[in-house]
Amino acid sequence: MTEASKFTGSHSLLRSLEHEGVEIIFGVPGGAILPAYDPLLDSPIRHVLARHEQGAGHMAEGFAQATGLVGVVMATSGPGATNLITPLQNALMDSTPIVAITGQVPTSAIGSDAFQEAYTTGLAMHCTKHSYMATDADDIPNLIHEAFHLAATGRPGPVLVDIPKDVLNQVTTWREPHLHNLPGYKPTVSGHPMQIRAAIELIERSERPVLYVGGGVIKAGGSDQLLAFAEAVNAPVVTTLMARGAFPDDHPLALGMPGMHGVYTATTAIQKCDVLVSIGARFDDRVTGNPDAFAPGAKIIHIDVDPAEIGKVRAAEVPIVGDARSVLIDLLSTLQARRDPVDHPARDEWFAQIQSWKNQFPLAYEQPPDGPIKVQHFIERLYAITGGEAVIAAGVGQHQMWASQFWGFRNPRSWVNSGGLGTMGFAVPAAVGAKTARPDALVIALDGDGCFQMTMQELITASTEDIPVKVVVFNNGGYGMVKQWQNLFYGGRLSAVDLGFTYPDYPKLAEAMGCVGLKVDHPTEIDPVIEKMLTVNDRPVVLEVVVDGDEMCFPMVPAGGSNDRIVMTRDEL
Amino acid sequence: MQHTLTVIVEDKPGVLARISAMFSNRGFNIHSLAVGPTHQDGRSRITLVVDAPELEQLKKQLNKLVNVIKVQEMEPAEALEREVMIIRVSAQPSTRGEVRDTASLFDARVIDISSSAMTFEVAGTPQHLKTFLEHLGPYGVIDLVKSGRIAMKRESELTPAPVVVGVGK
Repeated sequence: MTEASKFTGSHSLLRSLEHEGVEIIFGVPGGAILPAYDPLLDSPIRHVLARHEQGAGHMAEGFAQATGLVGVVMATSGPGATNLITPLQNALMDSTPIVAITGQVPTSAIGSDAFQEAYTTGLAMHCTKHSYMATDADDIPNLIHEAFHLAATGRPGPVLVDIPKDVLNQVTTWREPHLHNLPGYKPTVSGHPMQIRAAIELIERSERPVLYVGGGVIKAGGSDQLLAFAEAVNAPVVTTLMARGAFPDDHPLALGMPGMHGVYTATTAIQKCDVLVSIGARFDDRVTGNPDAFAPGAKIIHIDVDPAEIGKVRAAEVPIVGDARSVLIDLLSTLQARRDPVDHPARDEWFAQIQSWKNQFPLAYEQPPDGPIKVQHFIERLYAITGGEAVIAAGVGQHQMWASQFWGFRNPRSWVNSGGLGTMGFAVPAAVGAKTARPDALVIALDGDGCFQMTMQELITASTEDIPVKVVVFNNGGYGMVKQWQNLFYGGRLSAVDLGFTYPDYPKLAEAMGCVGLKVDHPTEIDPVIEKMLTVNDRPVVLEVVVDGDEMCFPMVPAGGSNDRIVMTRDEL
Repeated sequence: MQHTLTVIVEDKPGVLARISAMFSNRGFNIHSLAVGPTHQDGRSRITLVVDAPELEQLKKQLNKLVNVIKVQEMEPAEALEREVMIIRVSAQPSTRGEVRDTASLFDARVIDISSSAMTFEVAGTPQHLKTFLEHLGPYGVIDLVKSGRIAMKRESELTPAPVVVGVGK
């Protein structure tokens, strides 16, 4: 028998991935994973050859965030696997469903410090929802099926399957996989009816309710239900960084993002509410500030599919374990089925208070007519010109906060970002992943110069693989957020934050990577250059926007501070 | 405060590592740990004694591990708890009789002897072993090894009899 005619673990792997409905894999080949790359040639699955495994991992995350499907990344043993640690942890923190397939040195060499050996499952233990090592090729269909099941259900997350080279080469047969092997995994989907009724009771009697919406609503596909519920109970809605797009920003009940760089009204409404309904959110420190001073007068209804989130940071008066969509459906039907609806307490005062905060403390910045360009202004112009019809990916830092603040999100899965881990360099590969998933959508990465330089080589992937993303690089010549902290909290002693404006030459660099390179440094040139960027659809575009290097991101609650003390301008610190 | 947890897990490679990784990740402290098979194939039982002010978050994090099937907290009153200890104490020919008599009050067996020391094995509740050590300690402990605690839930409704020296374990 020739090599090609044998059905091996590798064939079983590819067949299993096809069986799970996988259409695209992001990856980088190498020694131990070599066997899997051969049957890939005969598979309908598209392989996007990333330039770095971290990029491949973030592409899988971008793909997953933009669709809700499981993203797949493949890498070799050793350095291939260790390069995946950042995207795995990123996906764990943001509950993004991805499956990572890694090659491993042959079983006989494991533990011998073999070439390109790393204890991948051990490393992954700390940064995945679960990890597997295949020891027998006959198990591959079930392992892959379990991995996809774990990644996509309950609280989604990353799952890693490590496969030694000899197992990839082992002759095997493929059998229809079954889920019979997970006695310890039974996520609760439906909320307890008693707690659902208790929640309705609290919300109905509340004078100052707030719905505190997290990424769980998007993961659960519960945006429509959220809209219906918010309107039914007439409660204002705040959307966390992970939940931007879960509720339309142009809705009268929308208050925007709360927290460290949140909108004043969103943060303050939580502080002053009497009932806080957390839906798929986890009381992250960037939202709560000092947790002891967070929403001091509020009774908490905490809805989460992960029981461990409930009571982790803040005790809940009404804990509801369940999938956000399912619980919202039950909340709505319970509400509608009530025979004796409670008279809503008059919330006029609450809404009047909210309106006065909105009037008094809007998001604000000043764009000097002669420049320098402010990121906020550019984002507003981009929003106006595109009509907001785009999928936005962001890096991490000031530009990310401004993107979240100034882009008016209307739809779930139109915001792809690194929330929990705060991974600089996320935007470019995540945008590439999102664009492969939604080729008809306008996908724009809003990135900073510091972030861009961490993963920009994935634009070569984008050019080569015909993935025409748009990347806006806000060039403020350094690490803006770190600089902001040094200015505010270290007496202006700037240490290691200056990247300079001289190198690289972004348009040239873009051209060298097969993209169209554009640059703008004057406010009056913004609209034409955006128009120009939008006309290019056959190649990726990199638009360098030279911006004010001293601009700071406000509002701001200094780390660990109380959310009652929101700093609106640098003069207040 | 110490709590005893019994955790039923799938008998799969890396399960113990996952549990100890979770403990160190989340900053929980393990006081003692015992792992062994159960009467069911493919199931292991881990008995953990942990120092923690409250257990709720710890139990939830344990349950979150895919290979963990069941987590149960053992209230002291409803738990059958046992530990095993091997202890070597200084015992000159002149004190040997006294040492042996004290040990026998605790149902400790002599398992090794030399001209200057005696070695005992003793099994019982944590309290039983503690009391035993208090009584034998003054003779001079040379070496000591203690197993992790194992525990099973009591079936009977009876509250456990108080531990009385020399009466039982």
